[in-house]
Amino acid sequence: MFKKLTLAFTLFVFFFAGMAFALEPKSGGTLVFGRGGDSAGLDPAFETDGNSFMICDNVYDQLILYADESTDLIPGLATSWDVSWDGLTYTFHLRKGVKFHDGTVMNSDAVVFSIGRMMKEKVVKFFKDKWDFPENQPAAEYWLSMEMENTIGSIEAVDENTVVFRLKRREAPFLANIAMDFAAIVSPAAVLKHGENFRSNPVGTGPFKFVEWIKDDRIVLEANPDYWGGHPYLDKAIFRVIPENSVRFLELKTGNIDICQFPNPEDIELAKKDSGLKLVSQPGMNIGYVSFNHTKPLWQDKRIRQALAHAINKQSIVDNIYYGLGQVAKNTIPPTLWGYNDDIIDHDYNPEKAKKLLEQADFAGKLKEAGQTKITLWSMPVARPYNPNGMKVGEAIQADLKKIGVDVELVTFEWGTYLKKQRTQDPSMDLFQLGWTGDNGDPDNFLAVLLDGLADPNVRTQWKNEEYHDLIVKAKQAVTQAERINLYRKAQELINQEVPLINLAHSLVVWPEKKRVMNFKLHPTASIRLHKVWLQ
Amino acid sequence: MAKFIFHRFLSLIPTILGISILIFFMVHLIPGDPAEMMLGERASEQSLKELRKDLGLDKPLYVQYGLFLSRMIKGDLGRALKTNEKITTEIIARFPATLELSIAAIIIATVFGMLAGIISATRQYSIFDYVSMVFSLIGVSMPIFWLGLVLMIIFSLNLGWLPLSGRLSYHISVESITNLYILDSILTQNWEGFKDAVWHIIMPAFTLSTIPMAIIARITRSSMLEVLRQDYIRTAKAKGLSPFTVYFKHGLKNALIPVITIIGLQFGILMGGAILTETIFAWPGIGKWILDAVYARDFNAVQGGTMVVAATFVFINMMVDILYAWVNPRIKMG
Repeated sequence: MFKKLTLAFTLFVFFFAGMAFALEPKSGGTLVFGRGGDSAGLDPAFETDGNSFMICDNVYDQLILYADESTDLIPGLATSWDVSWDGLTYTFHLRKGVKFHDGTVMNSDAVVFSIGRMMKEKVVKFFKDKWDFPENQPAAEYWLSMEMENTIGSIEAVDENTVVFRLKRREAPFLANIAMDFAAIVSPAAVLKHGENFRSNPVGTGPFKFVEWIKDDRIVLEANPDYWGGHPYLDKAIFRVIPENSVRFLELKTGNIDICQFPNPEDIELAKKDSGLKLVSQPGMNIGYVSFNHTKPLWQDKRIRQALAHAINKQSIVDNIYYGLGQVAKNTIPPTLWGYNDDIIDHDYNPEKAKKLLEQADFAGKLKEAGQTKITLWSMPVARPYNPNGMKVGEAIQADLKKIGVDVELVTFEWGTYLKKQRTQDPSMDLFQLGWTGDNGDPDNFLAVLLDGLADPNVRTQWKNEEYHDLIVKAKQAVTQAERINLYRKAQELINQEVPLINLAHSLVVWPEKKRVMNFKLHPTASIRLHKVWLQ
Repeated sequence: MAKFIFHRFLSLIPTILGISILIFFMVHLIPGDPAEMMLGERASEQSLKELRKDLGLDKPLYVQYGLFLSRMIKGDLGRALKTNEKITTEIIARFPATLELSIAAIIIATVFGMLAGIISATRQYSIFDYVSMVFSLIGVSMPIFWLGLVLMIIFSLNLGWLPLSGRLSYHISVESITNLYILDSILTQNWEGFKDAVWHIIMPAFTLSTIPMAIIARITRSSMLEVLRQDYIRTAKAKGLSPFTVYFKHGLKNALIPVITIIGLQFGILMGGAILTETIFAWPGIGKWILDAVYARDFNAVQGGTMVVAATFVFINMMVDILYAWVNPRIKMG
């Protein structure tokens, strides 16, 4: 008996020791990442596309970073920060002893330079190094579209390691914005040395250093051994451009790349069966929706909007058009975001209920009044991250609405024209499909941008609701997160009751990778971070 | 001869000018606004206005064309809207890849196409003739996309003989002089790089060569057949000359003229038409780059890229004309 127990104990110890051994991260090796397109440039302030940011994610750091798998904020180049009682002054305390890849010191002046160079009106104060700002820079699009010009009043370096941002207005999402790629801290010496060529010679403080860029072919990065967050496990990371999805997957199967971005849905099935591959997935931080032309009287009665929400079979759309790579959306913000209201009960698929609601609201009469016999549904001509096929989704909705007696005409335009005409709320438009991919993981970035038509004429839905507007404004100005969560939950309830749009789906990102790749995680913001990735 | 070449050069000027007008206005006729495309869902009226101003799109079309032309004369094609990089820099980075691929493809097409054509003509109605003509029909009509994938699955995935895509393996580097990797690796005596570059080019070059190969084979065959029916060939045969001398010295040289024309034309087409092959084989060339620019409505890049491709096409045609006159002295020069 004792012998048996000893044996069992020994096996037990070996088993767990073995497991611990197997999971111990190993250093060394080159990871090859296969992607669909090349970067446009590598200066974070001026880039707008994911392929550029995924390189920047590894070469630069921001003052504040997103946590590994969520949009929670954690210290980056700033170890801590204080917010004044009125929410207008943010003081960042910088990490000491951090150097850029070119050997220069990362200090408060580098922060003032990095952010200040995007300002149109440069209200900045350096502490020691009086860097000149480069002239004739292109427009910093993210800076403008995130309203930073209207948010930040001044930036001041008060000592070597302290920077103070003074805001023009209270803006709760400010910290989340500062964690975005465009706000990365760059080496001022390198920017001034390379001039406009800095976009192809990036120098930051990140876990990887830039080595080489062969356009449309590859970008090579190597480990930064002095990284403040610890030496990366990988020696090298190579980002290869392989435009064709099926070829990229073949490259993964033959073992020439380690991770395959955006595979064809049918290849995911093949990857499941391949013993050398595994899948990594993450719900996308996005929403695909159908909305109404709120400028037309036809869509003022909320019963009609509710009817349409009951008539669309979302599950069938996700199953057949997203090929299961999505999840039905009941809220406008995705479930990965803080503030998500899980108590919401979605409008179930119920054509009978929909018909009754239409009758109650005298939809037929109202349609006649508007001089219409059918309604139009504008559908995107292109695949978007939140919707793999706008036209097919349009056809599915057309068939669903036919079942409740509503005739739908599908309308589409070339993508640029579509976006332009949609914004004018053309009277010939009744319903339109569109969507949104989040920038900073803050609910404001969905709920204000998409639905607060009273705040901004550029809001695509142009839904104008006083109660909603109040909630959003209060949430923007609230200081504590608990307070904000409460307000956003209420905003989602209001959306559910009023149906200013019909939330269709959040897409699901699923990428195949080789089994030897360990600890690679997809991030909700779609950033690609290789610092803690290792190869078995 | 010198006068002929000079005249041909002069005729390039109105051609290029015509092309520039055509390209400029065609590009601007495509529906879609680059600013809308760049800002996508997040576009606001103000940001659009600012971006259009930054990009110079707020000026009238004729002013934009004037600017385009005056810059082009100075050798400046402007900046790509998306990357803000000089178009010339972007093209220089990619053109050699396309050139290398096209040269390899046209060499394969010419060697095998002409060989098949000659043998078919000299053995008309033989099994070889039928087989090679059927293959050339398949070659013309085979979708490149499909062919590329099939080749990849057979030769890379299953047999493991050839690399799947790209220009070089990631662990190999070639010092860049002309950016034609095969040439550069020879110049720097980097034999490992040479082998890797040749290995990588075989499949895409073969895929790209199928259509021109088939066309060259058919033209060579019919041209040879016509020549072989001539009296002087019969005379040569009657004189007791060896078949090789009859077919190659007397026959082929005279049959070559339409073949040269078609090779030149096909080469020109390859330079701009390698989009599909470049896309499938992840070949970082200019075709794929122009296609992306069209999707992004990057007017400057489309104009600049197309201009370069068109100019190359015109230039190759001029070279063909000169070669033509040289091969066939019966053609009047001038």
